[in-house]
Amino acid sequence: MNRRVVITGIGVRAPGSGNTKEFWDLLSAGRSATRRITFFDPAKFRSQVAGECDFDPELEGLSARRIRRMDRAAQLAVVCAQDALADSGLDAFDGDPGAVGVCIGSAVGAATSLEREYLVLSDSGRRWLVDEDHLSPHMFDYLVPSSMAREVAWEVGAEGPVTMVSTGCTSGIDAVGHAAALIREGTAEAMVAGASDTPISPIVVACFDAIKATTPRIDSPERASRPFDRSRNGFVLAEGAAVFVLEELGHARRRGAHVYAEVAGYATRCNAYHMTGLRTDGREMSIAIDSALVEAKATPEDIDYVNAHGSGTKQNDRHETAAFKRSLGEHAYRVPVSSIKSMVGHSLGAIGSVEIAASLLAMANDVVPPTANLHEADPECDLDYVPLVARELRVDGVLTVGSGFGGFQSAMVLRSLGGAA
Amino acid sequence: MTTLVTGIGVAAPGGLGVGEFWPAVLAGKSAIAPVRGFDGSGYSVRLAGQIRGFVPERHLPNRLLPQTDRVTQLALTAAEWALADADIGRSLVTTDEMGVVLSNGQGGFEFTHREFHKLWNDGPEEVSVYESFAWFYAANTGQISIRHGLRGPCGVLVGEQAGGLDAIASARRYIRRGTPLVVSGGLDSAFDPWGFLSQTAHGRVSRAEEDWAAFLPFDRGANGYVPGEGGAVLVLEDGTSALDRGVPVYGEIAGYGASFDPRPGSGRKPALKRALERALADAAVEPRDVDVVFADSAGRPDLDRIEAAAISDVFGPQGVPVTAPKAAYGRLGAGGGPLDVATALLAVRESVIPPTAHTLDVPEEYGIDLVTSAAREKDLRTAVVLARGYGGFNSALVVRRFGY
Repeated sequence: MNRRVVITGIGVRAPGSGNTKEFWDLLSAGRSATRRITFFDPAKFRSQVAGECDFDPELEGLSARRIRRMDRAAQLAVVCAQDALADSGLDAFDGDPGAVGVCIGSAVGAATSLEREYLVLSDSGRRWLVDEDHLSPHMFDYLVPSSMAREVAWEVGAEGPVTMVSTGCTSGIDAVGHAAALIREGTAEAMVAGASDTPISPIVVACFDAIKATTPRIDSPERASRPFDRSRNGFVLAEGAAVFVLEELGHARRRGAHVYAEVAGYATRCNAYHMTGLRTDGREMSIAIDSALVEAKATPEDIDYVNAHGSGTKQNDRHETAAFKRSLGEHAYRVPVSSIKSMVGHSLGAIGSVEIAASLLAMANDVVPPTANLHEADPECDLDYVPLVARELRVDGVLTVGSGFGGFQSAMVLRSLGGAA
Repeated sequence: MTTLVTGIGVAAPGGLGVGEFWPAVLAGKSAIAPVRGFDGSGYSVRLAGQIRGFVPERHLPNRLLPQTDRVTQLALTAAEWALADADIGRSLVTTDEMGVVLSNGQGGFEFTHREFHKLWNDGPEEVSVYESFAWFYAANTGQISIRHGLRGPCGVLVGEQAGGLDAIASARRYIRRGTPLVVSGGLDSAFDPWGFLSQTAHGRVSRAEEDWAAFLPFDRGANGYVPGEGGAVLVLEDGTSALDRGVPVYGEIAGYGASFDPRPGSGRKPALKRALERALADAAVEPRDVDVVFADSAGRPDLDRIEAAAISDVFGPQGVPVTAPKAAYGRLGAGGGPLDVATALLAVRESVIPPTAHTLDVPEEYGIDLVTSAAREKDLRTAVVLARGYGGFNSALVVRRFGY
């Protein structure tokens, strides 16, 4: 049994991007959408910039009841799922809803709602023994964030396997990888999969402040995210979501669906090294990349574009550069590598899916998005990072990678069906 | 390719370690008590299934204590027990190839509650440098991987009470694709005041004040469940690898199925039965081959009725013994399914079915043969574990005596 998995629908919400088209316009123009935080007054925080979405659930058509119930991350996931379904034309009720599943990734789940409810229950932090009289009936949904997968499943009408993946900052790749595995083994014919995170809340900003992982640069917010640049000094926190329709190839063909690409290979590894630190040699990420290439039956030369994790921390960008060299050899110096976090920031668990969306659009348009704000590369980052300006290029094979707290390293190979890869 | 269980680590309200837990479960000994750790007398829910006597300093190196929530301390401890039980020091493969896939649904909640408190009372500069990785749902997987040098495939699944079975199924998937050994299972714990209150917010938790009256799965008097903490970690191993090194085997993870309930009000049927049927088909066993069912046992008449119907539809009325050991200690979220799997493996090994504590009066129309009052001796080869997660998640797992 050799079942192939393809992507037939995309839905995205990202900073500066209210839909898929706006997302691609932003990336291909090399425009950065990070800004000074507006969701709360960030004056007391070390890092004060973020990638915020101008997302209005009411304008998106969500009912007042659903807006009240759903955390912002769930809202983003649901509207992305709507877009992905419309894009692919999939209707769970056309066939067997039991053959359609959902897998949504998120690193911090309902963080925004947790903080809002905390302030209510604790009387703005004064009470340790929180007040039951102010308990929201939806609080359990915020405690256990698989509620987000439930909301998407209800939207889709899925009655097959439904789950949530929460592997920190690789969740967005891992959720799609998990969904692809379920289709490949025959557990599902179609999966609505992707990821969402909305972490721009004081507690999450404070978390990353505490370990100086986010940038303290406050002067020009749109230039704060600088992957691979010599002057980079941390990532820019962001929110966002991307959701896809994945199908078994024959299922997609029978429906006459448009296919963006095949999910050709995927792997994830623990580095067993440190909860937040990375070894400079990139070994474990390289092992994940190698495994994904093997699963895809691809060689390094089949990769036309590398969508980097490129978070803009000192250690990540070097670690990752080393991993590309280990896995791709000489080809690492020839293949364009870029980080869209330079434009949309780092939306934690969501970004892996947002980057898969960027990769699919790069293939669809034969354009590689640039790394914005890259003026002078770190001498230890000596690959072609496509600085500032997008590049026209035939893109049939993409490698996209992610790395996160806990030591998670993930890699995925996407390939166009007509391509040589 | 066969997936065998070669190690079990239990951290549960009924007992720390298999040696404490198994006799307590067989005796149906109640671990339900008034919530402790804070003054819960002002809350409408009074009872909890909490682990007593867990002193993290006894189990973990000092440097890990300030950077981990209680749930991660429990997970690290259970994982160490499971790996020692499986005797992986004698394994022929290196830890570089071993994976970790766990479920966790509530994160490091008590830890993060303290950090929220500091943030809003003392300012952002007081928030712990460990908060960013003590809070998130992946903390347990990451810490276990680091502590034991496990560099294979890794994962974290969330599906409330169903998530633990999904994690074991994911680990099995990796083993079938060539990973020789995967540490799996799940745990949850959130017994600070905010975590406790949050666990009661959906209204499915019992407000009873006596332990014997609070969690009565399938009883006519069922009035909700008791939230608990902990779970189990299992070492799953490829059959060839386990047999090559001659390690004792608890049993086989033989089948799995999952489904999701349709949206309320859709008029469509609940999907639990489908998950059960899929698991049996995956294991290639007929309903008549199943010797015992470990029920999800929500402890509410509407939900118990759905589960009883699924069981009696598939196995026939009174067709198979059903039990719910969790009646003695509560529903553990991500830990519930893996702890039931551990219990099922022990039951199969010893050929005895632990009882459903507290439940006495099962309505005839449920059509299930619930093991109440006392353990029942029976030759057991194949067991089914059911788990449902709040929101509509259904999972079913088949475990089988090895070599059968």
